[in-house]
Amino acid sequence: MGLTEADWQAVWLTLRLATLTTLILLVLATPLAWWLAHTRSRLRHPIAAIVALPLVLPPTVLGFYLLLLMGPNGPVGELTQWLGIGTLAFTFTGLVIASVLYSLPFAVQPLQNAFESIGQRPFEVAATLRAGPWDRFLSIALPLARPGLLTACVLTFAHTIGEFGVILMIGGNIPGETKVLSIAIYDHVETLEYGRANLLAAGMLVFSFLVLLGLHLSNRRVRLYRL
Amino acid sequence: MNELLAQIRTRLGAFELDVELSAPAQGVTALFGRSGSGKTSLLRCIAGLQRAPGSRVQCGEEIWQQDALFVPPHRRAIGYVFQEPSLFAHLTVRGNLEYGWKRVRPDERRVRFEDVVAWLGLEALLDRRPNQLSGGQRQRVAIGRALLTSPRLLLMDEPLASLDLESKGEILPYLERLFAELKMPVLYVSHAPAEVMRLAQRLILLEEGKVRAAGELNGLLTDPDLPLAHLDEAGAVIEARVEGHDEEYHLTYLQTSGGRLTLSRSSLPVGAVSRVRVLARDVSLTLTQPEQTSISNILPARIVGIAEDRDPAQLLVQLDLAGSRLLSRITRRSAASLGIGVGMEVFAQVKSVALMA
Repeated sequence: MGLTEADWQAVWLTLRLATLTTLILLVLATPLAWWLAHTRSRLRHPIAAIVALPLVLPPTVLGFYLLLLMGPNGPVGELTQWLGIGTLAFTFTGLVIASVLYSLPFAVQPLQNAFESIGQRPFEVAATLRAGPWDRFLSIALPLARPGLLTACVLTFAHTIGEFGVILMIGGNIPGETKVLSIAIYDHVETLEYGRANLLAAGMLVFSFLVLLGLHLSNRRVRLYRL
Repeated sequence: MNELLAQIRTRLGAFELDVELSAPAQGVTALFGRSGSGKTSLLRCIAGLQRAPGSRVQCGEEIWQQDALFVPPHRRAIGYVFQEPSLFAHLTVRGNLEYGWKRVRPDERRVRFEDVVAWLGLEALLDRRPNQLSGGQRQRVAIGRALLTSPRLLLMDEPLASLDLESKGEILPYLERLFAELKMPVLYVSHAPAEVMRLAQRLILLEEGKVRAAGELNGLLTDPDLPLAHLDEAGAVIEARVEGHDEEYHLTYLQTSGGRLTLSRSSLPVGAVSRVRVLARDVSLTLTQPEQTSISNILPARIVGIAEDRDPAQLLVQLDLAGSRLLSRITRRSAASLGIGVGMEVFAQVKSVALMA
């Protein structure tokens, strides 16, 4: 028994969502993590706490408020309607936004740890070697933070794939638009199609295991280069 | 023409740094002082790694800081060697060396990559990773990396302090040869008298953020008013030229401005210029030239100063040997029985001389 076309559609949608979320988060989380690692601003702790919120909140809480915000009467919803895009709830774009918020700590925290562990010295050395601020960021910060960067990508990707609660709240169950793997599995179980649920669930289990195994192996290799 | 002029004024918490210094276009100026005297902060301010508003830094024709002008560190032609080698862990030795080298315009490079690699003996290490090097090797790479930016000023912050004795011994000859070649001012921070005696031509003595004294090395080493003369290993450092070797007795004769010194056979060739260190505790005084003695180095000298020492039983006698200064540490009782006083002509018996090369 293979996967049906609807199942494949869910797999494809999930991968697209996870990839897009990871890419967006890399761009957003890197400067945010850099700022958190180096700032002495008083805002540092409140912002770090906000970033960490999705770790402790039930996904349904996050999804609920996002639904209110993006819905036809929410401020974001009103803005998007005024712009002529309609509402974002129950759309793929809405899912991407929700996933970005939901996975934010998984991207920011490994990056922040990596940046903090570099310390000031390599940047001072680079400055005395004629490297300007951008140059230092690209040639020193990013390569030295590589293990953190990798961890952030893998965790974000994997976490987005496993998302359920937020998506159920904000996206519902529209095939090809918001019906991701975890929802598809839930549907199969609801309709007592245990065989098909099992196929998808086992696939996810194997996938998750391989991702984490790969992460550990690559981090072990990277650590060898550390002084 | 890369003379360094710096006036640094800054406050770091309760500590105040207020220093005016200059360093000649060539040669090593040691910044000497206890930890906490402000040596490292001074170096960081000169490099621009630490902001010190109201300070002024000029190297040759270039002004790096004055009034509102502040040239950031990456636009200053400095080479900086930190106390820890601080190599970039993600790059090989070659990558580390090339980091600064690539960021200097080719027409502004004044050293060749291969030359620096050869000076510091790094040929065999180029493809290694920093974590595969010994402490001494890492610091050599760090020095080479700094030199490859063709600096106009070399700043070294206790480059040997983080090394074990063996690595220090390994790296010192490289430094000596290097300093003889470099055509730029070198500021060398240290709190180890032996290093300063071996490497520096000039000395700036820092105390609690201020300059206590500055000048030519031996003048400061032998000034009884300064703390250096009262260290256990206090002594003089004088320039010497190898005059000849005595193969029968395995001796080497050195010519100094104060006279001829004899010591164990050195491997230096005839004509080589080096420096010798004469510790104050190894110099005794006689009023007449001794005739039957086992001491082979006896030089005529004039007493120019007598000062109290840390140990009340001892006195520190400052001697002039035709322009070279020497210190002698003798007991107060000997001084009394010899009846010595400033201006007297005496003979300095030197028990031991260390050639520093």
